[in-house]
Amino acid sequence: MADLTTNFVGITSPNPFWLASAPPTDKEYNVRRAFEAGWGGVVWKTLGEEGPPVVNVNGPRYGAVWGADRQLLGLNNIELITDRPLEVNLREIAAVKRDYPDRAVIVSLMVPCTEEAWKTILPLVEETGADGVELNFGCPHGMSERGMGSAVGQVPEYITMVTRWVKQYSNLPCIVKLTPNITDIRKPAMAAFEGGADAVSLINTINSITSVDLDLFAPEPTIDGKGAHGGYCGPAVKPIALNMVAEIARDPEMPGLPISGIGGVTTWKDAAEFLALGAGNVQVCTAAMTYGFKVVQEMISGLSQYLDDKGMTLDDLVGRAVPNVSDWQNLNLNYVTKARIDQDACIKCGRCYAACEDTSHQAIDMSEDRVFTVKDDECVACNLCVNVCPVEDCITMERVEAGATDERTGTVVPAEFGDWTTHPNNPMRRTAAE
Amino acid sequence: MDAKALAPGIKPGRLDGELIAAGFSDLHPPLDGHEAHVAADRCYFCHDAPCVTACPTDIDIPLFIRQISTGMPEAAARTILEQNILGGMCARVCPTETLCEEVCVRETAEGKPVEIGRLQRYATDTVMAKGVHPFMRAAPTGKRIAVVGAGPAGLACAHRLAMKGHEVTIYEARPKPGGLNEYGIAAYKSTEDFAAREVDWLMQIGGITLREGQVLGRDITLDGLREAHDAVFLGMGLGGVNALGVSGDDREGVTDAVDFIADLRQVSDLAALPVGRDVVVIGGGMTAIDAAVQSRLLGAMNVTLVYRRSRERMAASRYEQDLAASKGVHIICGASPVAVHGNGTVREVEFEFTDDDLAPTGERFRLPADQVFRAIGQTLVGEGLPELSGRKIAVSGAGRTTVDGVWAGGDCAAGGDDLTVTAVAEGRDAAEDIHARLMG
Repeated sequence: MADLTTNFVGITSPNPFWLASAPPTDKEYNVRRAFEAGWGGVVWKTLGEEGPPVVNVNGPRYGAVWGADRQLLGLNNIELITDRPLEVNLREIAAVKRDYPDRAVIVSLMVPCTEEAWKTILPLVEETGADGVELNFGCPHGMSERGMGSAVGQVPEYITMVTRWVKQYSNLPCIVKLTPNITDIRKPAMAAFEGGADAVSLINTINSITSVDLDLFAPEPTIDGKGAHGGYCGPAVKPIALNMVAEIARDPEMPGLPISGIGGVTTWKDAAEFLALGAGNVQVCTAAMTYGFKVVQEMISGLSQYLDDKGMTLDDLVGRAVPNVSDWQNLNLNYVTKARIDQDACIKCGRCYAACEDTSHQAIDMSEDRVFTVKDDECVACNLCVNVCPVEDCITMERVEAGATDERTGTVVPAEFGDWTTHPNNPMRRTAAE
Repeated sequence: MDAKALAPGIKPGRLDGELIAAGFSDLHPPLDGHEAHVAADRCYFCHDAPCVTACPTDIDIPLFIRQISTGMPEAAARTILEQNILGGMCARVCPTETLCEEVCVRETAEGKPVEIGRLQRYATDTVMAKGVHPFMRAAPTGKRIAVVGAGPAGLACAHRLAMKGHEVTIYEARPKPGGLNEYGIAAYKSTEDFAAREVDWLMQIGGITLREGQVLGRDITLDGLREAHDAVFLGMGLGGVNALGVSGDDREGVTDAVDFIADLRQVSDLAALPVGRDVVVIGGGMTAIDAAVQSRLLGAMNVTLVYRRSRERMAASRYEQDLAASKGVHIICGASPVAVHGNGTVREVEFEFTDDDLAPTGERFRLPADQVFRAIGQTLVGEGLPELSGRKIAVSGAGRTTVDGVWAGGDCAAGGDDLTVTAVAEGRDAAEDIHARLMG
C-alpha cells in the first residue's frame, strides 16, 4: 500500500482526503465519526463572529440534479455558516483535536471585513490547537448579501487585505478559499498570494438554480413559493473545478502556491486528477453527504492501488499533469487522427452516425446492414462519435503517421511540430529570425 | 400432496384457490414509475432503430421510450396507439423476444434488451387507467363498412375506419368481443379482464356498432354484407381445429386446446375448472404451450408436451419453451401420435419417434393420459369466401381479396405470422386502403 501521508502547508494528515467546510463538519459528533471512518482531516464548518448565531431557512436547504436511477449528479444549497454558538464550536474543536492529534483540523472562518473582527477571532481559534484556518471567501448565498463570503472573494483587494490581517494576527497556516463566481480565477488567487496566504482552496460552490417547479413557477428548492440561487456542487462541477485548479497551478506569477482541490471529488480517480493538476490535497463534501463517511475508504484504497500500480509516490503525482496543460495556440496542428470503429465491438446502435451526419462532418457511412465505417476524407477527428458511443473503446482516434497523406486535406502529415503561432493562416504568426 | 392432487381423471380443485391465484397472476408485473424511468434510461435512442423495423406495427419505440423517460407516459402511449390501437394487449402478449427485443442492440451487446414490452405496457396502462381515449373521430363520411370478427384484426380495422369518420358494424360470432385476446392467450398474460377493458376503451372512439352472436354463413352472408355496406373486412380468424387423424382421436378426454383455453378464460372460479392428473398436449405452437402451462397451474401433476419435429422448429419461442419448462412441463420433441388408447375414455397416448422430416423411426412409447389436448393448428371455416391461397384467404396489397370491395386480415388471411400484433397491422392497413378506395 502506497503511503498517503500528506504534508500540506506544514499540516500533516494520514491521507490527502479532507472533509470540506460544510454540514458534515458542523460539530464534534460528526467529525469524530468522520475520523473513525478514516478521513485525513476536516475543515470545520465556518465559524462567524461572537453574537447571536445565524439563522437558516426552515424550509428545504438543498436542491438536486439526478440521473435516471436517482444518481445524485449535482447538489445545491442555501445553507449558511454554522448556526451554533461560537464558544460551543471552539470547545468541540479543541476536544476533537486533542483526541485526534494525527488528523488535520482546519477552522473555516467568516467574519465581517474589519480588522477588529479578524483580530478578535483568530486568537480564539489558535487556543483550540487547530492546525490552520481557511478563510471562507466563497459562500455565494446569504452571507454574501451581508458583505461576507463571495462578496469578499469577488474583490481581489479585499482578499489581499483580509489575508494580510490573518497573517498579522495569527501564526496559523492560512488557506484562502476561492469562489468560482468570477471571470478569471487567477485574479483572486493572485490576491491571496500577495496577501501572504499559505495556500488557496477551490472551488467553493457555483451560483445556481437546480430546477424550476413547473406548477408553482418557482426555483427549487422552493421556500413558501420563492427560491434564491444556491451554491452548486457535486460530480457535475468537477470539470469546472479542475480547470480552475490548473489555471492557478500553471500560473508563473504564483509559483508553488499550494492548492487544496475541491469540487465534485467522489472517487479516488477524481482525487488523483485534482492531484495531478497541482492540488496538494483534496476536500470532499457532496460524496460524503450522498454516501456517508465510509466513502473515504474507497478513495484511500483506490489511490493507494493506483500509486502502487504506477510505482509512484503521492508527491510524484502532485502536479504531474501541470506541464501538459497548455494553451490552444500551442497545440500541435500536425497531430492528425482519424476515428476508427472496432467492428467486433460495435453493437450497431447508429448513434455515431446520427451524431456525425446531423451535427458534425458527415464522416460516417452507414450500410444497408448497419455497418458503420469512417470516411477518412471527411473525418476531422472531432471525437464526437467517441463521446456518444455507448461502448467504451469501440471507437478510437488513431494517429495518421508522419509521411502519410491526410485524405481529408490531401496533404502529407509533417513530422515536425507545428502550432498556430507559426501557422501560415495566422496573421500574427511568428517567423523565424532572418 | 393431498388426495385431490393425486386423483386420476379430469377433476376440479386440484390446488387450493390461493395457489391457483398465485400461478395465474401477471406473468410480467407492471413497472412502477421509477422502474420505468430506469428501464427507459437504458434505451440508446438508436438511429433507424432495429426494434422499429422488427415491430409488425412499426411503433416508434425509441421515441415512446424517450417520452417515458421525460415523464410523459401519455405522450408515449399516443406514439404507440397511433400505430397499434391494441398496444396495451400487444405489450402483454407480443413475443418480444423474437421481435423488438430480439434485435435491440443491448440484446446484441449484453444479452439483456431494453424492456420494450413492459415499457409499452407502462405507457398504455397509464392512459387506460385515466380512461382517456386520445383520438377523435373525423366528420362523418356516410360510408358504411362491415367488419366480420371482433378480434385484433377486426378491432384495429374498425377503430381506424371509425376514426376516419365511417360507420362501422362489427359482426362477431361469439358472445363477447376480443377474439383470441378474450378467448385465447394464457390467462396470466391478460389479467384483470384486460381484454374486455381494452375493447371498451377502444370503442370510446364512437361510430362502431357491435353485433355479437353473428356467425358468417349462419346469421350473415358475405353477399348480404356486401349489399348492405360500402366495404367488407373479413377478420374472423380460424374457426376450425385440425384433428389428430389417428385411431382413438374421439375418445373421451381428448379435446381441442383452444376450447380448454377459452373455458379457462371465461370461468369465474379457476378452482372449479377440471383438469386431468396426467395431461398430454400435442403440438408445438403457442396454443400448445398455453394449454400445457395452464394445466400445470391448475394442478395437473404430469403435463407432457409432445411435438413432432425438433425443438428448433417449434413455433413457440425459446422463451415460451423455457417458461413451460420452468412451470414443470415436460417437452418431448421428434414424436408423432399414432394412437389414443383407452376403453371409451383415454388412458394412454402412443407415439412414434420421427426424424425432422417426419419419417418414422419405428421406435414407439406410450404416455399415460387422462386428458389430451389437440394443438396442431387451426383451420379456416366458412363457405362462399373469396378465393383461397393454400388454406387461407388470398390477399394482395393491403388485404385486398379477389372479391371487389372485400378485404381480409388477421389469421384468416394468407401471409404474415399468426400474431396479435400482425393482425393489428393488417387490420389497420386494410382500413387505410378501404378509406383510400371509398374516398379517393
